[in-house]
Amino acid sequence: MAMAEATSIHAPEKVEKSKGYWSGVGHRLVRDPLTMFCLAVIAALILSAVFAPYLGLADPYKGSMIARLKPIGAPGYPLGTDEQGRDMLARLIYGGRLTLFIGLMPVVIAFFAGSILGITAGYVGGLTNTIIMRTVDVFFAFPSVLLAIAISGALGAGIVNSLVSLTIVFIPPITRVAEAVTSGVRKLDYIDAARASGASAWTVIRVHVIGNVLSPIFVYATSLTSVCMILAAGLSFLGIGVRPPEPEWGLMLNTLRSVIYVNPWLSALPGVMIFVTSLCLNLLSDGLRSAMNVRD
Amino acid sequence: MLSYLIRRILLVLPVAFGVSVICFLLVQIAPGDPLTAIMPIDATAEEQAAMRAAYGLDKPLPVQYAIWIGNLFQGDMGKSIASGRPVAAEVFGAVKNSLLLAVSAAVIAFPIGIFLGFLAGYFRDTWIDRAVTALSITGVSVPNYWLGIVLVIIFSVNLGWLPSMGAGPGGSQSWAWDWAHMRHLLLPAVTLAVVPIGIVSRTVRALAGDILSQDFVDALYAKGMSRADVLRHVARNAAATALSVMGLQLGYLLGGSILIETVFNWPGSGFLLSNAIFQRDLPLLQGTILILALFFVAMNLIVDVVQAAIDPRIQRT
Repeated sequence: MAMAEATSIHAPEKVEKSKGYWSGVGHRLVRDPLTMFCLAVIAALILSAVFAPYLGLADPYKGSMIARLKPIGAPGYPLGTDEQGRDMLARLIYGGRLTLFIGLMPVVIAFFAGSILGITAGYVGGLTNTIIMRTVDVFFAFPSVLLAIAISGALGAGIVNSLVSLTIVFIPPITRVAEAVTSGVRKLDYIDAARASGASAWTVIRVHVIGNVLSPIFVYATSLTSVCMILAAGLSFLGIGVRPPEPEWGLMLNTLRSVIYVNPWLSALPGVMIFVTSLCLNLLSDGLRSAMNVRD
Repeated sequence: MLSYLIRRILLVLPVAFGVSVICFLLVQIAPGDPLTAIMPIDATAEEQAAMRAAYGLDKPLPVQYAIWIGNLFQGDMGKSIASGRPVAAEVFGAVKNSLLLAVSAAVIAFPIGIFLGFLAGYFRDTWIDRAVTALSITGVSVPNYWLGIVLVIIFSVNLGWLPSMGAGPGGSQSWAWDWAHMRHLLLPAVTLAVVPIGIVSRTVRALAGDILSQDFVDALYAKGMSRADVLRHVARNAAATALSVMGLQLGYLLGGSILIETVFNWPGSGFLLSNAIFQRDLPLLQGTILILALFFVAMNLIVDVVQAAIDPRIQRT
């Protein structure tokens, strides 16, 4: 009897093929309703912005002197009209094109540039590390809002200038995180083992380092997207980002300020879009962080 | 402590140098000739060359930088192109107003942030924790320039309780500690406080939660210490980190208030900065950014030193 039990315990179980890290992450994400909801909102915003011309909306550039400042819910104008009589719903949806592009693209570029700089600094160490990281320190001496405004202010308004200034703002923090995780991984025994076996620096980085440092860098980069959105719209709000008459949420918020006493809630609408997007980006980043088991 | 202080100050010098280089280069990346703003359009080539020489613009960049930084050390930051007044006078006048706004926002934000964060950390995984977490993530996600507009809509447009712009009655530029001026300060200070409330409460929540789960807390309870005394120990352990986060936030408030100052027409450094940008007043732009960045560097230095004074463990790293 005892024998039988023992054998049943030791009998080989059916071994399932172990699932990879990413399938675990995907599984945890799908079971997190708040994160999935935020993902859906962001996806809906991006898709409606991309496919705006096919949604049967009014022309976002065409104004009308007689239809100025229609209130929210006016017949034919579900969200009213702005100070030049342009359809607000159309402008808000079209506005997502520039706002989301300028709000997300700098983090994407900074993610690649910062990862390359930080991994290089962390892995190579020595003088290379000193040069890269001390330069990064200088950029940390500026509050991010101030740096973005300073560069955009000097370069002047324009979409490309906004992209450049925001990218410069976000490269240093990403570099710093990438350097920290890389020099942590660099000290581990398996890196020494790989180097001792004669692997070149490039091979060690490609095979052993990148896979282990990319997820914390990625999660950190996603946490910056919300700040970047707010800053990008903020630059346009100040008049040093996107130029009129382009529909862009920050710029719309700026031009509608002049009618705040005429139709107050209408002038707050573009800000609602910025707020919802930035909130969803933050929640999405938090969800990713816990699904990917990244600790601060 | 003294050796730590000296070491820390020596570390600041290269950063301050780097900051000055970036501020100097800001003017160089600006498109167009800096002279076009001050020269008449029909100026001849010789007149332009004379002007160029007078401003030292014909010299190589490193020489120009050396001249600029030399003047800087004598308190000369050049003259504003738009107003003709010395940049230093303009900037310091405006920074005073910004500092007032930033400190007011900090006075509102820090106690609330600490209280909420501690509450959430103490009652981890209860509805209180979830409510505070929701509040703080909303706080860090809200575009504060929009929040300022919403508050103006509610309190100025609809209710008519508070003024919507300026720093005092009748567009007054100077501050006074009376109700007429305080009314003007209220909306911008509250608006500016929202982001740091979110960040401070988030930090304190994580700190309090971590410290409360450490063994020494159980040991203190086990030896019969009262709840209030235990919490004092917890607070002392959290103080260094919490202070450093708050110091940084104060720096961000000063450097980041430009959007809020624009919304409320607050006559501070941000307002000066946006005027400088639109009038292409590059010396003023350069000077304002330099002063604000150096303020931020000094703030970081003070935070580090205070932190090391509170927590001796930091001095050894």
